[in-house]
Amino acid sequence: MIPIWAQLTYLLAAVCFILALKGLSGPRTARRGNQIGAVGALLALVVTFFVYDLDHLLLILVAVAVGTVAGVWGARVVAMTQMPQLVALFNGVGGAAAALVALLELHAVRSSSVPDLVAIAFTVLVGGVSFAGSMVTFAKLQELMTTRPVILPGARWVFIAALVGSLALSVWLVVAGHWWLGVVLGVVALVVGVLLVLPVGGADVPIVISLLNAFTGLTVAASGYVLENALLLVAGTLVGASGTILTRAMASGMGRSVTNILFGALRGGSTAGSTTVSTRPVRSAGAEDIAVLLAYARKVVVVPGYGLAVAQAQHTIHELGQVLEGKGISVVYAIHPVAGRMPGHMNVLLAEANIPYEQLAEMDQANGDLRTADVALVVGANDVVNPAAKTSPGSPIYGMPILDVDEAQAVVFLKRSMRPGFAGIENELLFDPKTTLLFGDAKDSLTKLVSAVKSL
Amino acid sequence: MDSGIALLTVFVLAVFVGFEVVSKVTSTLHTPLMSGANAIHGIILVGAIIVAGAARGTGALVVALIAVVLAAVNLVGGFVVTDRMLEMFRPRGRDGGSS
Repeated sequence: MIPIWAQLTYLLAAVCFILALKGLSGPRTARRGNQIGAVGALLALVVTFFVYDLDHLLLILVAVAVGTVAGVWGARVVAMTQMPQLVALFNGVGGAAAALVALLELHAVRSSSVPDLVAIAFTVLVGGVSFAGSMVTFAKLQELMTTRPVILPGARWVFIAALVGSLALSVWLVVAGHWWLGVVLGVVALVVGVLLVLPVGGADVPIVISLLNAFTGLTVAASGYVLENALLLVAGTLVGASGTILTRAMASGMGRSVTNILFGALRGGSTAGSTTVSTRPVRSAGAEDIAVLLAYARKVVVVPGYGLAVAQAQHTIHELGQVLEGKGISVVYAIHPVAGRMPGHMNVLLAEANIPYEQLAEMDQANGDLRTADVALVVGANDVVNPAAKTSPGSPIYGMPILDVDEAQAVVFLKRSMRPGFAGIENELLFDPKTTLLFGDAKDSLTKLVSAVKSL
Repeated sequence: MDSGIALLTVFVLAVFVGFEVVSKVTSTLHTPLMSGANAIHGIILVGAIIVAGAARGTGALVVALIAVVLAAVNLVGGFVVTDRMLEMFRPRGRDGGSS
């Protein structure tokens, strides 16, 4: 049993984590919240080194140092556009760590009680799934593999077999308690994780990250139960519970259920879409014409998408916004909940360009703004403004709430090419008579627009 | 009270706290919240350190040390990257970030 003062410090650290999550819920308190969480983690670590009688102390310290350096390096060099991948990666290694800890517990204590063995089996299984699943989402987001749903022949049956097999192994593990069963279970869990995420389409991947994040949280909670450490239990449970809520909030932002996202492709039907380039005629114009359109508007609603971020054009769009505001035009940025590649991702990217968050309109407010807008300027976005979400029930994005840019008087798309968006669906709005296209890299196009508007 | 039941009680209460604290979060902050929650489960580092400190045999020690490295990446990297994101969230009139 560890001393009372140490347990009290763990309790304090748990409170820090609760305050951290609470703080992260509002833009003003978010940064402080995160810092409180970090302080809590530091407290917990220091206490752990003091109260547990640890062998191999030097090696452990070196391992912590190695992990710290790698983590800080990764966190510093990552571009804001690559944030979803990094979160997936961090989540995966956390899940792997939890699974390894559980295996070692199993190895060390041969005759554990049944509840302990249940918790261990759970951690190995879910931790393995979380690790393998996160690695696949990482590969998808980094475009190391196709972002489209991958459906192997008979995938449904292989998946069901792996799932049933892993559950049977878990039961066997609880009954027999052999540590090598844990290793086998871990390997099967990896297979389940890969099969779980492969059929998920690129646009849905962020929701899967959030779900796996919740999974990892629960494995940490289970580890806390086995190690009789209340801090791990509370922290893991908090992440599991909040992650579940967050996953549901994100899924409803896309008008989908979590089960539909995970298993929709396996049931077949939701894999429509193509990567072919359409040859239908569209109306395109030069930067000067569009500058005139913008400069004589009263209200412009900017709809930024991932293409804006890829072109690193966040600062240029802000500059254009300021020039237009200088001419007395009201400028609003309409942010779809899943703009970018992760819910809330676009807010991060625009914040990077110093655009004040009061100017960012969320879904409902933005759709109100669009009804009275003279021009909707869509920069590098496609799926989130695609009316197919409302009009064509067969489409993979059907039911996803969209920004109603078709309500604006005129629509301008800045696009690199006619290639369809991340979800791989053609956008009818591009062929609408009130739509004008300006082809080119988002940053180049915006720079041209800024100088053209200035010279008017 | 039996320690298993005590832990179970803590678990159930923590579920409710977890639901409650994030129930009203705006979609603006979904990405940092996901990243911050991700950092918090990196606290498995504490568990990894405990098992590493009790490891018997080279094989177990190596596995435990790998777990320590991975957990440290999750914990430290998670908090640093969340801070990097949140640093950029500033209200209008950006004098020092306070409003």
